[in-house]
Amino acid sequence: MTSETSARTHPASAFLHRHVRVRLGLLLSAPLLWLGLVYIAALAALLITAFWTVDTFTGQVRIEWTLDNIVTVISGSLYQAVTLRTVGVAVVVTLIDIAVALPIAFFMAKVASKRWQRILVIAVLMPLWASYLVKAYAWRSVLSQDGIFAWLVEPFGGSTPGYGLHAAVITLAYLWLPYVILPIYAGLERVPDSLLEASGDLGANSWRTFRSVVLPLLWPAILAGSIFSFSLTLGDYITVNIVGGTSQLLGNLVYTNVGAANNLPLASAISLVPIAIIFVYLAAVRRTGALSNL
Amino acid sequence: MKRFATPRRSAAMLGLALLAVPTLTGCGTATSPPDDGGGGEASELGEFEGQVSLLAWPGYVEDGTNDPEVDWVSAFEEETGCTVSSKAYGTSDEAFSLMKTGDYDVVAASGDASLRLVAAGDVAPVNTDLIPNYEGIYDFLKMQSWNSADGEAYGVPHGYGANLLMYNTEVVTPAPTSWDVVFDGSSAYKGAVTAYDSPIYIADAAVYLMAHQPELGIENPYALDETQLAAAVELLKEQRQNVGEYWSDYLKSIQAFETGDTVVGTTWQVIRNAIGDGAPVEVVLPEEGATGWSDTWMIAAEAKNPNCAYAWLNYIASPEANAQATEYFGEAPSNEAACAFRSEGSCETFHAGDEEYAAQIWYWSTPIAECLDGRTDVECTDYSQWTTAWQEIKG
Repeated sequence: MTSETSARTHPASAFLHRHVRVRLGLLLSAPLLWLGLVYIAALAALLITAFWTVDTFTGQVRIEWTLDNIVTVISGSLYQAVTLRTVGVAVVVTLIDIAVALPIAFFMAKVASKRWQRILVIAVLMPLWASYLVKAYAWRSVLSQDGIFAWLVEPFGGSTPGYGLHAAVITLAYLWLPYVILPIYAGLERVPDSLLEASGDLGANSWRTFRSVVLPLLWPAILAGSIFSFSLTLGDYITVNIVGGTSQLLGNLVYTNVGAANNLPLASAISLVPIAIIFVYLAAVRRTGALSNL
Repeated sequence: MKRFATPRRSAAMLGLALLAVPTLTGCGTATSPPDDGGGGEASELGEFEGQVSLLAWPGYVEDGTNDPEVDWVSAFEEETGCTVSSKAYGTSDEAFSLMKTGDYDVVAASGDASLRLVAAGDVAPVNTDLIPNYEGIYDFLKMQSWNSADGEAYGVPHGYGANLLMYNTEVVTPAPTSWDVVFDGSSAYKGAVTAYDSPIYIADAAVYLMAHQPELGIENPYALDETQLAAAVELLKEQRQNVGEYWSDYLKSIQAFETGDTVVGTTWQVIRNAIGDGAPVEVVLPEEGATGWSDTWMIAAEAKNPNCAYAWLNYIASPEANAQATEYFGEAPSNEAACAFRSEGSCETFHAGDEEYAAQIWYWSTPIAECLDGRTDVECTDYSQWTTAWQEIKG
């Protein structure tokens, strides 16, 4: 019966049936071409540009191999300061997001009813439906001198932080929060309730349960969430531009070098810095197995 | 200028076009547009392409969408049948890199971009014989260092003006008469000072230093040697401590003055106009003088719609359109007859046609190694050094 069926099939499909590797190759060639050409090639072109130079008056890129841009970025005090500031902001944003996301995710996964769980997931995802720019500009008006923040805290003697690094941290922490909540929520879902009950039965209080049972199991999920907030902050320049006052991060330097200074090679060299940082971060995170949580 | 309310009909449009710009359409019909391939100027013009794409400072190309009362584009579209698409840019550097995309037929460039555009081959020489309204332009604006090269005109002057000091009248008292409030005296308004986010702003500091530290010997704010640049950078680094935010997006500046986040800083008249009664702000031309601009309409070397581009250059140089556009932006017009079409006194405010006054504004121009003030014993800092310095100032 089976031989009869295969005899009737098209020779090409019969060929593909026998040659697994060819079949796989054909299946993957289109997406691989996409990945190779559009993604990797573009990235490679960007990196190669870092070794070129630019004619400062006409603004044309000249193909002359040089390490000047890389040396400038590594040794220039400006770039060192901005790199440190950027990493600092990324770390603070990530810590704030984890601190806010943990209780929310715990409530969603372990306390809320099924119905509330669904509502909360939608609520967490909702900000992602609005444009990034709208949210950043919303924070600009919230943190303004006559904004809602000032209006809220002024009766208590507070004042708005104004535009600057603080405002940038607040806005970025808000923007990336859903990306941190969701992996942690998914991680908590996988922690069996029976473990929490067993811990309670053995006399552990809730803090002890959290520290000794939940946290070790949740650690990879937290790191997975942190990859999002950390890497997204490293590359951001729009929020900083809108609410950051005079401060600039690596993204702003890239932006001004492409836009204002018209120096694509230097911009490429600067963009290598966050790429290097995130590679180091990913390598460190990989050892914890967090990448399988993404 | 009245808007044409009648529905568009191609026949009527053609008639209007023939009536309005006889020289342009009369020159030739089926001849191909200038086939310069980047460099040569047009010798005659062909048919209008039906559209033209403009790159200009905000407030230069108004078609009534921002304010129904402010519209000089519709009349041009009715006259020529060239539909206008436009993009506003915030800094000369932005214009310079946008022109590299090749998406624009025409650019309104200030002096700190125009020469670079010429050097990069992004704009073509302009045959002023094809632009009848070029006749009416003030002679002292024609064939200047920022709009010509090697004796060839590279565009039509649009207007000129000064970068002004804007302040919140409730916070900044007494009313300032000096740039001092944003430099040495800026600590009084810590966190609420603004400055223009471009390397060319270094020249503003240089203008201030010319008056307050004469021992530096600055003759021209765009010709700074290493020591002079260092002094300007020092001043701007001190200023940065008190700057709330830098602006290059003029909408951001408008908003910051309206909310009170910014109370004092450099601005353009068009920003003051846009705020209207939205905030208690006033502008002043400080006693030290100021940097400013003298803008030129230029045509892209690879313009896709060169005929419509020429038509626009001619139209915007006409007394009526030039009057509308320059009054709205808040600058002196380039056309001698434009003042007749501007509101009472507005030309006097900007000292239109006053050659001596015009000479006191330090028009934006690109700093180059060969000192613009004629010094030969030192090498001046060029724009790339200014760019690096500006990034260091911002830190």
